[in-house]
Amino acid sequence: MISIKKLSKHFQMKDQTVHAVDDVSLEIEKGEIFGVIGYSGAGKSTFVRLLNRLEEPTSGEITLDQQSLTQLGKNDLRKKRQKIGMIFQHFNLLWSRTVYENIAFPLEIAGLDKQSSKEKVDELIELVGLKGRENSYPSQLSGGQKQRVGIARALANDPEVLLCDEATSALDPETTDDILDLLVSINKKLKLTIILITHEMHVIQKICHRVAVMEQGKVVEVGDVLEVFINPKEKTTKRFVQQLSPLEHDPERLKDFITEDESKEVVKLHFVGGTARRSLISEVAKQFDVYVNILQGSISQTQEGSYGTLFVELDGERKVIEASMNYIRNSGVEVEVVTNA
Amino acid sequence: MLEELFPNVIMENLWTATYETLYMTVISVIGTFILGIILGLLLYLTDRGNLWSNRVINGITATVVNVFRAIPFIILILLLIPFTDFLMDTIRGPKAALPALIIGSAPFYARLVEIALKEVDKGVIEAAKSMGAKTHTIIFKVLLQESKPALVGGLTVTAIALIGYTAIAGVIGAGGLGDLAYMHGFQRRNNDVVFACTVFIVAIVFIFQWAGDFVSKRIDKR
Repeated sequence: MISIKKLSKHFQMKDQTVHAVDDVSLEIEKGEIFGVIGYSGAGKSTFVRLLNRLEEPTSGEITLDQQSLTQLGKNDLRKKRQKIGMIFQHFNLLWSRTVYENIAFPLEIAGLDKQSSKEKVDELIELVGLKGRENSYPSQLSGGQKQRVGIARALANDPEVLLCDEATSALDPETTDDILDLLVSINKKLKLTIILITHEMHVIQKICHRVAVMEQGKVVEVGDVLEVFINPKEKTTKRFVQQLSPLEHDPERLKDFITEDESKEVVKLHFVGGTARRSLISEVAKQFDVYVNILQGSISQTQEGSYGTLFVELDGERKVIEASMNYIRNSGVEVEVVTNA
Repeated sequence: MLEELFPNVIMENLWTATYETLYMTVISVIGTFILGIILGLLLYLTDRGNLWSNRVINGITATVVNVFRAIPFIILILLLIPFTDFLMDTIRGPKAALPALIIGSAPFYARLVEIALKEVDKGVIEAAKSMGAKTHTIIFKVLLQESKPALVGGLTVTAIALIGYTAIAGVIGAGGLGDLAYMHGFQRRNNDVVFACTVFIVAIVFIFQWAGDFVSKRIDKR
């Protein structure tokens, strides 16, 4: 639906050129929630602004529904922008307007008449759960409520895409989850494509279908969220995945358990999708003559299913350990023997 | 009692002068507001990185504003005499003071407008752009609306300075309370007239300040 080809944005500084976005190519499907993650300065903010040309690209092409955005003239671009909603980290509401008037603003811009505008605004207020706050001013709202106004405002002209620029970064964790839930429900209800940029892996994990990892203006890794979580390839990606379960990739903590002893083996189990819900450990302990010592583990939910990792120590006869490992493998869980590096 | 304290004050003259001062102030505040907003917007919009970013126009506007702010008001009146004569067909009376009052205070207000506009959150302008707003929508529905309390506050300060200017204009025959205080008070050594005029001017200043604060507070929803 959105196809980005060789997109670049360079800023000419006094004695150097900054490649804020460098030769980025991506395909974003209709109806998906696509996440872009990167540390600050990775160029993701510039990237999202190129998509509605708040920043003019230096080179490259963006097509939205077979229509080239990069070739639109000024007037056509303005009309097109009405179909590309955007929400911001700091909400960017007009403080001189009430909640109602803020949401009506894009409709005024689009030239909608008062009556249709009122119907639309009422509908949006209902959708984002702000009924009763129509006449409040932004200063009277909490951060989460302000972002709800921002979302309603972005949806006013029935956009084809919603761009989210660090939309939850100024919110506390609980409010962040509420806003993310709202985005998911909008995505499902309206079949709306959402492009979201963030530096929080938690956000990607919770709502995105696919993710691109950005570093120094380039996309270094892209794929299904579950895939990237289980099998991060790039160093940056690994660091992001680590944000979520810091223990998991820290072999230091397992060191004491890993011995030369034949009757003990430390293994790492990967659960993906349905297998993450099975009571596998109990089964193994019941069926085989081994002691299963759970060392550490975590399960994460993503839009594409859950995945988890578990570190266990199997204690028993060598043969039995091998057999139980086979049993685990056969039930669809990946097994990896952990050794001291 | 009052007549004993103010033997030389003729109430009718005092009211006429008050009316003239108010007339000069109100009309020139309106003129200053319009001209100041235009100049302030021009200063802001042509500044680097803004909507009409244009170095040449910005430089010219800034120079004009600075030059007119630098000229002392009493000299500006004298310099503008030919212009006033041409525009108003007279160089005496309250009407003749208007061009000098407006030209003298608009550049000052323009700078206050520029400061007010700079305070508007850039993110809000970006949001309006992302909604596909036209430039005039951004100017009238975002910039001017969001900076309203500061614009009103600046106008109050300017209006009070203008009341002072009307008194200076009075000295060279514009009428009003300054004229009365100088011609009938100072020149004829009637100190009571000077004092009465002062009281009236101070009262006008207080009313303007109060009204400005009141409006500014009402429209500030931050």
